[in-house]
Amino acid sequence: MIYRYSLSLLLLLFLTGNMAAQGDFPAVPNPPRLVNDFTNTLSSGEVASLESKLVAYNDSTSTQVTIVMIRSIGPYDISDYTFQLGEKWGIGQAKLDNGVLILAAMDDRKVFIATGYGMEGVLPDILAKRIVDQLIVPNFKMEAYYEGLDKATDMIFKLASGEYEAEKMTSTGEHGGAIVFFLFFIFIFVILPLIKNRKDNDNHMGGKGGGIDLFTSIMLANMLKGGGKGKFGDFSSGRGGFGGGGGGFGGFGGGSFGGGGAGGSW
Amino acid sequence: MKKALIPILIIAVIGIFMYTKAVGVYNMFVQNEETINGQWAEVETQYQRRADLIPNLVNTVKGYADFEQETLTGVIEARAKATSININANDLSPDKIAQFQEAQDQLSGALSRLLVTVERYPDLKANQNFLELQAQLEGTENRIAVARRNFNQSVQAYNSDLRKFPNNLFAGWYGFETKGYFEAAAGSENAPTVQF
Repeated sequence: MIYRYSLSLLLLLFLTGNMAAQGDFPAVPNPPRLVNDFTNTLSSGEVASLESKLVAYNDSTSTQVTIVMIRSIGPYDISDYTFQLGEKWGIGQAKLDNGVLILAAMDDRKVFIATGYGMEGVLPDILAKRIVDQLIVPNFKMEAYYEGLDKATDMIFKLASGEYEAEKMTSTGEHGGAIVFFLFFIFIFVILPLIKNRKDNDNHMGGKGGGIDLFTSIMLANMLKGGGKGKFGDFSSGRGGFGGGGGGFGGFGGGSFGGGGAGGSW
Repeated sequence: MKKALIPILIIAVIGIFMYTKAVGVYNMFVQNEETINGQWAEVETQYQRRADLIPNLVNTVKGYADFEQETLTGVIEARAKATSININANDLSPDKIAQFQEAQDQLSGALSRLLVTVERYPDLKANQNFLELQAQLEGTENRIAVARRNFNQSVQAYNSDLRKFPNNLFAGWYGFETKGYFEAAAGSENAPTVQF
């Protein structure tokens, strides 16, 4: 009896020990969010306001600025913990590595801004250090956590403005693309039917309806081809951005962190 | 005649199997080795970046006439020693890595002694130039840590692949050898943590 007890106790210990080792890093929240306050320091209104700001920025620039607030980082170095968490969550786009992670360990009174590889240019360590020292730390000292984070993210937006744009904007001829597409549509819907109808009139079979069916299918095939070729990639990714705007944050992109950033304590 | 055919067939099948296996293992090692070489380059780049920052740091500190010369020369010497050790990516043997790490760790130690000493010079500590250099140095140390961790992870995976059966047989033929990785700083007990 005692044996069985101790065995199950041992098993329990083993399991929880394992879980603690894995639980050093929180799992990616589901649904994904950019503001993750695991400590309930911010009010829900403050979280929502930061979240909508960061989501809007992500939609327009694809740059993912993420805030994580946890109790304590335990034996970890704050910088090391932040890089590993950013890497695990994959903050930023995979190709651009344009993620920024602001991590605050509330009980340790430490904060760190980690910049992805792609953000090191616009947000060098020295500027990250200044944001921490001049915007976050003074506010956090007064327990004005929301103000600190709000100002810090505003400053990051300001510094990073113009560096990255969401994919729909990367092609310079955005309007050109739209015009081409418009002309293409006119061609498919107006000109081709005209030509076809003229032909159709020759055989007196009342095949007009059939003709349109044929054209619809040609048009659909062409549209599919166009989308696949990536010539109209700007158009389709524009649609993607729209969806993201309506439905909240779409998820992390798999960005990487190489050790950029700076931190401080309050 | 037919009896002879069966053993030949079996030998041929075994031969083809061995061949594909050998090619697969070889290619896997080549790929892993290239990954490791890339990551080693990153490690070296970051250490080089640190070495490049040091002359600026030394010059800034030198401006303070009464600054302890001993600490400064310690840093300069350690830097010279660390930059003199360069490892070819084709020869990342455990010995070479340990040698490299030792020299770099000495430089880390000398640098942190310098930074501790600076605490005694309030003017210098408030110097904008010095503060920026310090932030850059911190950032470089962070990048070194990340590059080292990535390198270590790849090397550990490569080494354990290499020693597993039957890969160890093939690896012997091809001449792949285990690679060294960074130990959790052997001299870290000596590297001064800030003491007051």
